[in-house]
Amino acid sequence: MAGRKALGHRTHDGEGTDHVKRSAFKNPWLPILLLVPQLSIIAVFFYWPAGYAVQTSFFLQDPFGFGSTYVGLENYTDLATSTNYLDALKFTAVFTTVVTFFSLGIALLLAVKADKVIRGARSYRTLLMWVYAVAPPVAGLMGVMLFDQSRGNLTQLLQSFGWDFTLGVSYWDTAFAMMTVSVWKQIPVNFIFFLSGLQAIPNSVREAALIDNKSSMGRFWDVTFPLLAPTGFFLLIINITYALFDTFGIIDTIVKGEPGNNPMTLVYRVFVDGFRGGDLGGSSAQSVVLMILVLILTVVQFRLLERRIHYT
Amino acid sequence: MAKVNLQDVRKVYPNGHEALVPCSFDIPDGELVVLVGPSGCGKSTLLRMIAGLEEITEGQLTIGDRVVNHVDPADRNIAMVFQNYALYPHMTVAQNMGYGLKNRGLPKPEIDQKVRDAADMLDLTEYLNRRPNQLSGGQRQRVAMGRAIVRSPDLFLFDEPLSNLDAKLRNQMRIEIRALQRRFNTTSVYVTHDQVEAMTMADRIIVLNKGQIEQIGTPSQIYGSPASTFVASFMGAPPMNLLSGSVGDGVQIDGGIAVSGPSPQGHTGPVTIGIRPEDVEPSEAGVLPFEVSIIEELGAQRLLHGEIGGQSFSVAVPKDQNAETGTMKLALKPGAVHFFHNENGRRI
Repeated sequence: MAGRKALGHRTHDGEGTDHVKRSAFKNPWLPILLLVPQLSIIAVFFYWPAGYAVQTSFFLQDPFGFGSTYVGLENYTDLATSTNYLDALKFTAVFTTVVTFFSLGIALLLAVKADKVIRGARSYRTLLMWVYAVAPPVAGLMGVMLFDQSRGNLTQLLQSFGWDFTLGVSYWDTAFAMMTVSVWKQIPVNFIFFLSGLQAIPNSVREAALIDNKSSMGRFWDVTFPLLAPTGFFLLIINITYALFDTFGIIDTIVKGEPGNNPMTLVYRVFVDGFRGGDLGGSSAQSVVLMILVLILTVVQFRLLERRIHYT
Repeated sequence: MAKVNLQDVRKVYPNGHEALVPCSFDIPDGELVVLVGPSGCGKSTLLRMIAGLEEITEGQLTIGDRVVNHVDPADRNIAMVFQNYALYPHMTVAQNMGYGLKNRGLPKPEIDQKVRDAADMLDLTEYLNRRPNQLSGGQRQRVAMGRAIVRSPDLFLFDEPLSNLDAKLRNQMRIEIRALQRRFNTTSVYVTHDQVEAMTMADRIIVLNKGQIEQIGTPSQIYGSPASTFVASFMGAPPMNLLSGSVGDGVQIDGGIAVSGPSPQGHTGPVTIGIRPEDVEPSEAGVLPFEVSIIEELGAQRLLHGEIGGQSFSVAVPKDQNAETGTMKLALKPGAVHFFHNENGRRI
């Protein structure tokens, strides 16, 4: 979580105005003092548990908590051969791709349309942003109700199209519900960023494009979209992280009780294996793998994307 | 190349504000017309309506022999140069210049050729592969010009293109733009709030005020016989002196100061008297008592600011003429006095 927060901060600075003020502190201890609260929070809630997870991942815990045995890399090699884990890995890849693609795509479409609205623009935008205030477990619960097998409105709707929707029974039906709710929950954030990104494009540039290109689709792909790219890349990272980590609450509410054959993301698997299954060593190893994943994601963002998309 | 005709063109915004009262004028083929006026006078609105970026509420706009009221901006065969250049930041200079041609479906070699020719003309050849953010303000302005030129449009539209440049560069670009316009002989509409730009560049000037055309004329017509007190005070630096006076038995400035010369035909009573600062000269034989309080040195000339009969007045004298604060007499040059209606400000 802390890692994600730092990531968000960095991008935001890089994306906005580049006027970083360098102010000099007379007392060298003052900046350190000011940083202590943040650093101690990161240390206590991120570095310490992370270090502990790395350590635990090399041990096999006694299920009753009487001690642990050093097993070296066995927890990791087990992961590589576990079909359950590999299934979760595959599902996570599909889930992340689908959620990121649709939440970005739909949000972009809405933002482009909202940008053109002149009358009642404010209330229209507020309505679109409301969903942002819904907490993930609540969103999950709403999903459970909407997709409920006997009473769910969406189940009934899908039934009228001939889709016999069975949440929690059919693997892909459950996956569909998870993805739908996750996408729905993430659209407002993306929408806000896309809209502000659109509004940051100078009017005169759009007008120049209006004179240069007759087709509005052409103008969008040639001018608007490239100019939104910095926002888009930032959101891409945020959405991948969201789909990987922040969907925990939604997944938890939807598969609650019977995680057995249901789809699970890697993060949820860490929780299920560690706290339900009592395999702390194994789930620590999974956390470490996740940490490495996030690290790679961050490096990719820092090195590649940020450099490629700066214009002004 | 084309002539432009506006017939009772009017602009009312949805909030009811009338930005432009119905106005009509012609722009002959190849002429550069400058729309000039203070901010909010409707000059930009007028230009944007010609460009198609702003809906025309009423009236008819013709470019060439096409009525273009409902024609897409991209189909009007125009090119516009914006105040802040409006270059596409993610495209190179060459792509910026070629984008419009690409969308018209021109073959790539032809686009390349046109872009290279324009770049050559504008000294941009070595920058063709740069992005706009790697260029200086003047270079960006040139790219914007290049983007307009490569399209070989019927009409150039300039929306205060020089106001983001520093004074020196502005003078240079002014001459360049004028030279390019002459060279291509393309009909042009140029919007500015800078009366010097208007005077120096225009074939004809249209002075706008509060959404209304005050006067249309050549620079010398506008300067020599302004149609209203607004034009008189807007065009020219320092502006024309405007004094309140009256016409009865001869012309008098308030305070009983008689002004020699002809009096307006068929008008008696209160009147506004306009005198350009360079149309009077200090002279022992002068008739106007001038109280000088401030002297401004401009190098080529001096400006004497003071009062005549309690009304503020300025005089421009050549640099070789000595000046002191205090009282002096001013003599009028022939034809120096303009008369305006004291209420509506129109020329008499």
